[in-house]
Amino acid sequence: MKKVVSLMLIAAMTVGLTACGSKTEEAASTDAAAEETEAGEEAEGETAATDGEKFVIGGLGPLTGAAASYGISVKQGAEIAVKEINENGGVQVGDTTYTLELNFADDEASEDKVITAYNSLMDSGINALLGCVTSGACLAVIDQTYADGILQITPSGSAMGCTEYDNAFRLCFTDPLQGVTMADYAVDELGFTKIAIIYNNADEYSTGIMEAFVEEAESKGAEIVANEAFVTDDVDFKTQLTSIKATDAEVIFVPAYYQDATYITQQAKDLGMELPFLGSDGWDGVLSTVTDPTTVEDAVFLSPFLASDPAVADFVSAYEEAYGATPDQFAADGYDTVYVIKAAMEQAGSIESADLIAAMTEIQVDGLTGSVKFTADGEPEKGAKFVVIKDGEYTAK
Amino acid sequence: MRNVLEQLINGLSTGSIYALIALGYTMVYGIAKMINFAHGDIIMVGAYALYVVSLLLHIPVIPSMILTVIICAILGITVEKVAYKPLRKAPPLAVLITAIGVSYFLQNLSLLIFKATPIPFQSVIQVPSISIGGLNISGVTLVTLIITIISMVILTLFINKTKAGSAMRAVSEDKGAAELMGINVNRTISMTFAIGSALAAVAGILYICQYQSLRPTLGALPGIKAFVAAVLGGIGNVPGAMLGGIVLGIIESMSKAYISTELSDAIVFGVLVIVLLVKPTGLLGKRKSEKV
Amino acid sequence: MKVNKKILVRALAVILGYALITVLLKSGMLNRQYTSLLVPIGVNIMLAVSLNLVTGFLGELSLGHAGFMSIGAYAGALFTLHTDLPDGLNIIVAMIVGGLMAALFGFVIGVPVLRLQGDYLAIVTLAFGEIIKSVLNALKFTNGPKGLSKIPLLSNYQHYTLVFVVMVITVLIITNIVDSRHGRAVCSVRDNYIAAESIGISVSRFKIMAFVIGAFFAGVAGVLYAHNVGIIKPTTFDYNKSIEILVIVVLGGMGSIRGSIISAIILTVLPEVLRGADNMRMLLYSIVLIAMMLFNQSGFKERMMERIAASKQQKAGE
Repeated sequence: MKKVVSLMLIAAMTVGLTACGSKTEEAASTDAAAEETEAGEEAEGETAATDGEKFVIGGLGPLTGAAASYGISVKQGAEIAVKEINENGGVQVGDTTYTLELNFADDEASEDKVITAYNSLMDSGINALLGCVTSGACLAVIDQTYADGILQITPSGSAMGCTEYDNAFRLCFTDPLQGVTMADYAVDELGFTKIAIIYNNADEYSTGIMEAFVEEAESKGAEIVANEAFVTDDVDFKTQLTSIKATDAEVIFVPAYYQDATYITQQAKDLGMELPFLGSDGWDGVLSTVTDPTTVEDAVFLSPFLASDPAVADFVSAYEEAYGATPDQFAADGYDTVYVIKAAMEQAGSIESADLIAAMTEIQVDGLTGSVKFTADGEPEKGAKFVVIKDGEYTAK
Repeated sequence: MRNVLEQLINGLSTGSIYALIALGYTMVYGIAKMINFAHGDIIMVGAYALYVVSLLLHIPVIPSMILTVIICAILGITVEKVAYKPLRKAPPLAVLITAIGVSYFLQNLSLLIFKATPIPFQSVIQVPSISIGGLNISGVTLVTLIITIISMVILTLFINKTKAGSAMRAVSEDKGAAELMGINVNRTISMTFAIGSALAAVAGILYICQYQSLRPTLGALPGIKAFVAAVLGGIGNVPGAMLGGIVLGIIESMSKAYISTELSDAIVFGVLVIVLLVKPTGLLGKRKSEKV
Repeated sequence: MKVNKKILVRALAVILGYALITVLLKSGMLNRQYTSLLVPIGVNIMLAVSLNLVTGFLGELSLGHAGFMSIGAYAGALFTLHTDLPDGLNIIVAMIVGGLMAALFGFVIGVPVLRLQGDYLAIVTLAFGEIIKSVLNALKFTNGPKGLSKIPLLSNYQHYTLVFVVMVITVLIITNIVDSRHGRAVCSVRDNYIAAESIGISVSRFKIMAFVIGAFFAGVAGVLYAHNVGIIKPTTFDYNKSIEILVIVVLGGMGSIRGSIISAIILTVLPEVLRGADNMRMLLYSIVLIAMMLFNQSGFKERMMERIAASKQQKAGE
């Protein structure tokens, strides 16, 4: 009996695998990814000959799970851009006109899920990759995109390693650059000399900014009077705040996401602290999660995008109409990334991955998040924008 | 020194919440002899229920609090009837896995309904903070502490002095014998879950007043820490749960302030491991020998 | 004779399975998405089978299996990152290092913890899982929250042979343990430890043995995981991961090795088929946990078995 069952088990296993294999009949080869994309393009060329050429942008980001809101924003922002470009006649590359198509896969912001998600995109055939939205997933997938030689632009993956290879670019600031920018601003512009920090020790983004901030601020002669840590999902910051209260800090820098900032600012007020706050770009959205806007009054943080800015009104209204929500910086990043890809296509005059990558350093895009150029290292060159909360509203600084 | 006192007060403020949660935990364990893993998530349901009832349905504060407690009590009875009662005779392993399943179910259901983004929710308790010798104690902390003490006293009296309480103690000693004595075991256990979940609802209300932000996982970590508190105080022992909660809150706050914030969770769980290995009955627990 | 036949059939099944994967892979019938699932399937089988040894056979609920996996993953990854052996040897030594490290922790944790029982043991393993996670987060040489990256991909789909062989070895060893004298002793501990003790079975020795072996293979699975993904972080190995492994074991049937294997395959492939419905997936998992427990207890299975047996007898009678 046992052997029969064990045989059946193996059979079940193999049936399972064959079933999966036969589901996608595209006979995608597993090695040599360059081949892969070519094959994909050929196939599209055949089918799309009548109704214009298609250029497929693959998207990777979390659509479910704890980080879902970021991925969904990027996806929706990118969708707006794709729709806009197609309505305006697509992308003219040499003699052919391409319509854009977005194929967005859920990576759950997880390092192992992203690999299968990426491979499923490659199976369906993509010409360029918009992603990943989160740093961890991005780091896990860059080796594969490099091997495939495909253009990859991450809208919001801020860890240093995300652009390690020549094919990878990013639209946002790196964590260290953000830390340095904030330190310069805090010390030079705002004149603070005694600074307290609360950061998330279990989060790469938060520690990355904090380390660079500390180094830069100290080199500028400011003193870090307290450097308190917390971990993800902490909700009680009174201990850290009490420690800071005992110092002579003039300002509290919180490089963290808005959820954490909500608790920290609220509890600071409960403890009777009246120090001003500085934040990182993760603070965007904090006004929608605080119960009392006065707790974040006068807080300053870095943000590439401000929905109340008249210059982006068209995008904001299109987004609100389509999704019934105000776009955040992630949506703007997604939108801009699509335009960067468009610019690269036009500059390259071809849709070969190698040409697109080469064109990246030659383009300049005036996007929602400012005017951006790219260095050969894959980093963006763009100005920093600061936001200050005044009377319960985000205002440009 | 002043700083130490302030940190003690911080510990008291988290500790009082742990204590309140631990009361429910310890009571259910003491009588039904199972770890109700979903206890922490009932707190979460309580917090969301208050939000829905008072903010979305615009019911005044006091009735909506009462409604929240009733909702959670009914939820507790339902969970017990559906998931735990059929397993009364099953090995403890099966019951524990089911309890984990229930906990996961509640979390993911509220994730589907309310999404992962935290929902801000203004405290419904508006009590001014008091200050003793320059030390500031927030109003919510005071209210939590008072409610926890009242709950503890009522619960102790209820278990020891009333008829229903005696029935509970009998069920806890021996289900079969209790049945022979004419006690309705099922109804008694249902009542235990109802009371435990009602306490969880109260904890949820106070938790949300303290932290003012709703998310589907809000009950998970406090739930586990409250369990540690219950074990620390001696599981099944009502005053022990109170003591354990306060002590744990202070340990957590002190280790965050003076040892390491990163390791504070490790220290809290380390306390559990040490207590179980050195004195498994906890600070106030009684020793019982194993029977075949 | 009977034993030989059993071994033969098993060997045949293994060879068939391997041949099929090879054919599918080389002929390009598997697309990239499913190719990249091969290693995760192997890893999940190892995790599930090793947890089954502790939970299904020993009868103790361990909620810290992901913790052992993380120790293996970190130890193995640190080894390959800091040594310069040839690839094939490197991964094998890494697996041994990772496995032994996890086993060592299993022993250190197991000796005191296994004095506890049931609910307490579950909670303490959960606590240890959390402690391991926060220590990994705080340590310098594990690179804190950033975790380890640039781990050489020595066990990705191109090395599926290695993963397959290791997976088969794991399953074989655990099956043999379960079928052996020791295995029966372990089961007796589960069914009634007082009775087991009274007939001279050293309960704590067998408990620790099962626990350490389970930890060892979780560690090896962790090494394979790390060298497939190339990046590991403390948060990857959280409580949810332990629960996921538990769900595989429970769905496959506690105490059933082949059940674990089948359900590991299903639960690895299914989320890919249902991509985009991840929130529903976790809800489904929780329902699986509850439903399986209620089903096991309902006596439905027993009645079915009886009926089947009865009809067989009837047939034999005719």
